[in-house]
Amino acid sequence: MTIARGNLAGLAERLDAQWSTPHSIYGWFATVDHKKIGIRYLITAFVFLLLGGTEAALMRAQLARPDGHIFSPEVYDQLFTMHGTTMIFWYASPMLSGFGNYLVPLLIGSRDMAFPRLNAFSYWSFVLSGVFVYVSFLAGAAPHGGWFAYVPYTDATYSPGLNMDFYALALLFLTISTTVGAINFVVTIFTMRAPGMSLSRMPLMMWSTLTTSVASIFALPSLTAALIFLELERRVGFRFFDATGGGTPLLWQHLFWVFGHPWVYIIVLPATGMASMMFPTFCRRPIVGHTYIALATVSTGLFGFGVWAHHMFATGMPLLSTTFFSAASMAVSVPSGMQVFAWLATIWAAKRHVYSTTFLFLLGFLLLFVIGGVSGVMTASVPYDWQVTDTYFVVAHLHYVLVGINLFPVIAAFYYWLPKMTGRLLNERLGRWNFWVMFLGANLTFFPMHFAGVRGMPRRIYTYPAGMGWDWLNMLETIGAAVFVVGILLFIINVIWSLRAGAPAGDNPWGASSLEWSTTSPPPEYNFDVIPVVRSREPLWDAPSPSPEASIPDYRVLDTGRRTLGTTVLDGQPQEVLRMPGDSLWPLAIALALAAMFTAVLLASVVAIVITGILVLACAGGWLWPQPEGAAS
Amino acid sequence: MVSILALCRPFVNLGARRLHPAATSNTKDVNVPAALQLRAYYDRAPSTLATGSHDAHRLALLGIAMTVVATLIFFVVVGIIFVGLWRRRSAPRAPATAIETQRPIDVSENWWVLGGGLAMPVIVLAGVFLLTLSTMHAYAPAPPGSPEILVIGHQWWWEVRYPNDTVITANELHLPVGRAVRLELRSADVIHSFWAPNLEGKTDLIPGQQNEMVLRADSAGVYRAECAEFCGPQHAKMSLSIVAESADAYKQWLAIAKSPTVLPQSDSARAGLNVFMTHSCSSCHSIRGTAAAGIVGPDLTHFGSRTTLAGGSLPNTVGYLAGWISNPDLLKPGTKMPAIPMDGASLQAVVRYLEALK
Repeated sequence: MTIARGNLAGLAERLDAQWSTPHSIYGWFATVDHKKIGIRYLITAFVFLLLGGTEAALMRAQLARPDGHIFSPEVYDQLFTMHGTTMIFWYASPMLSGFGNYLVPLLIGSRDMAFPRLNAFSYWSFVLSGVFVYVSFLAGAAPHGGWFAYVPYTDATYSPGLNMDFYALALLFLTISTTVGAINFVVTIFTMRAPGMSLSRMPLMMWSTLTTSVASIFALPSLTAALIFLELERRVGFRFFDATGGGTPLLWQHLFWVFGHPWVYIIVLPATGMASMMFPTFCRRPIVGHTYIALATVSTGLFGFGVWAHHMFATGMPLLSTTFFSAASMAVSVPSGMQVFAWLATIWAAKRHVYSTTFLFLLGFLLLFVIGGVSGVMTASVPYDWQVTDTYFVVAHLHYVLVGINLFPVIAAFYYWLPKMTGRLLNERLGRWNFWVMFLGANLTFFPMHFAGVRGMPRRIYTYPAGMGWDWLNMLETIGAAVFVVGILLFIINVIWSLRAGAPAGDNPWGASSLEWSTTSPPPEYNFDVIPVVRSREPLWDAPSPSPEASIPDYRVLDTGRRTLGTTVLDGQPQEVLRMPGDSLWPLAIALALAAMFTAVLLASVVAIVITGILVLACAGGWLWPQPEGAAS
Repeated sequence: MVSILALCRPFVNLGARRLHPAATSNTKDVNVPAALQLRAYYDRAPSTLATGSHDAHRLALLGIAMTVVATLIFFVVVGIIFVGLWRRRSAPRAPATAIETQRPIDVSENWWVLGGGLAMPVIVLAGVFLLTLSTMHAYAPAPPGSPEILVIGHQWWWEVRYPNDTVITANELHLPVGRAVRLELRSADVIHSFWAPNLEGKTDLIPGQQNEMVLRADSAGVYRAECAEFCGPQHAKMSLSIVAESADAYKQWLAIAKSPTVLPQSDSARAGLNVFMTHSCSSCHSIRGTAAAGIVGPDLTHFGSRTTLAGGSLPNTVGYLAGWISNPDLLKPGTKMPAIPMDGASLQAVVRYLEALK
């Protein structure tokens, strides 16, 4: 795709003046640039990965030998609760939101997200909710009821203290962030694709981001309701879950898993979407089964809502209902099978393969995905689930799924896209070490857990007696965890090395096909000086046009203030010019006000709740106050 | 450094091993932790593969069958990856970024994605689902007249009642081998889950809900069951012994278990009971046949005949019992049992008395 740049003299300078954020403390806090926000998401989520990983390492230290007593049971409970909560809510989903934030506008040829200020707010409230939940450690009251927080153990009778209030309020805070982020992705993908990018030409990562965003919007209200019920029960004396007051503990489980199981797909599908972007690059050919992968992605998101009760097979449900959920849970693995075979076919049909670190991590991801998938089918079999549920077998399964289908593609994505973000490549030799150490560590940690579970080791125990047949398995797992930690450290070392001494990446170091590689590395603040036109699914692999385009229509230049192009939902036809907002401190202000309000709720001070509530409304008012064109506020 | 250790003390059990009664009273080797001896109280490791019932056997076979299928699928995928990579191993070493993509797709999308990714899983899953249904079909309700046993989960011990025989015990469940018994599962506080890996899958104990399961042991022996749903800090130490014995032995046990205790005859036993009554033990525990009628903790009527104590986490020996009474929180941090301060003579008396309650 060649563009005549001769008649566009001075365009880059004009756009730069309109889009750049001042390099100042104000600019740092007020920026609404999706790339800066995306990178912040990635760094913050990575910090949460390290926190959650540290908690896991401490647990493995305790479990290395029978009768371990490094930590008291109460502290161990806080560790496993915070490990799960951190990894699932503050690492897995935000990490993918980080890649989404950075990549979605670049992949669809837009200059920003649809709601840049909402995007900034989404980040600030994500990081503040994470701080909120970690303050609980300083208060000596970290959540201790498991990430699933089953009542009645988590109600005020059995868990007095602020532990579970920290959990419930931090998650409520986070759901606000996640919901607005999801809405932002949906609107961006539906309305801001480059001209010519019809739905059928849309990159596969957009399908997965779209699916998970829509699923989030429908899944999160169930969690929000559950958390509000829990707080009302703990604080105000409502009895939603209390059997002695006419409530039922199973209500919590239904509400939680109606959210929780779609959430599993929400934190893996964007990663499979990223994999579908990376496989073609290293197999040097378009992906096989593009349409099928898109269909499989959407149907996984849909089926994900029909399988929640497979977490509850042992609760005494009627057998007929369990068979339904068993069948549905097996069915949901079929679209995953389609995705796997599309990737396999892509590998098979390649004329050659480029063995970069990214490709190695993708191959590792495929293997771990298959192991996590087939063990998932085993747990979907009702009677077998009666044996293995709540044992280390399930711990093994869920870690193969989350490490395999989230962490491995995420690390692959860092090797692939970090050069776009920083302009520098990572070290390939160190990358190979990184892959093999992590792959070995992951399998050594999680594979023996299958056996521990089958041999009767329950989950969430802070210690175990010797001689039950679990001793050497646990020792292996702890050694594996140590190896895994080394793998993560190698990754960190590689990133630091790359920032200081990495080879310059150039615009398109991998010879990839999608639009983000058509701009510079790192991209300018406005992403594209001329908004690209898309004629196929692999725009950068199209044959070069015979002659440069003679002239560029105005709607692709848009250099009169922060502007980008709105297009039609189905065909990506140019529809309108979108006026984009400037930098603003209001997103940060409203996030801080919300943090203050949740703190007031935590401390149960009515006066403070009222004051901070008014503050939140005032900030919303300030945000919505009409601004003259181009003004920053 | 010292101050850091002091700060850590509330969180980390520094030196707990030194204080462990195992190191002082019961064993010669001070490094052997208490629980090492626990395995000896069960005939089999609590594994789903060491089956003691037809049900568990079927479940183990189901698991093995699915594992075989899973392994096959895994190796099919591995095979495709490696052959796919291998057959292009001599591809020209063009620059990594060379574009060579303008060509039609040269494999059949439909065969790969619809054949391999859709049809194959559907066939395999249909098989697995049929296997699942047939395994479920083998479950039958307990025949009429089967013994009924009420199991009540507590933080962190099991109450076991035989309503038809007015037997109340704790952390042990006796049943006749080869005969189905009906378990009625209830919870006194939070959600627990009853799991005897050698015998049967889990069923949860949920407050306000009455769950049932059929339990049947087809080989005689002592099995370990454990709580499988996280229920608080001592979830790890909440197990019970399942004793599957011959019909005669079961009947004999039942006869003893339902009889109240005989009031103590000797002076030392009277002293023990006196300590039990005056040191507030009796406000939580019952000993049928005496005035002790507490209902908070386990019934101790035939305590001396049990093999373990403290939710199956300690061997029931004089040494452990003395340690348990004088500092329960050390052995099972967070336990609801309070430490009962008493002098050495009283402790000795009450321990002797309890251990004699056969």
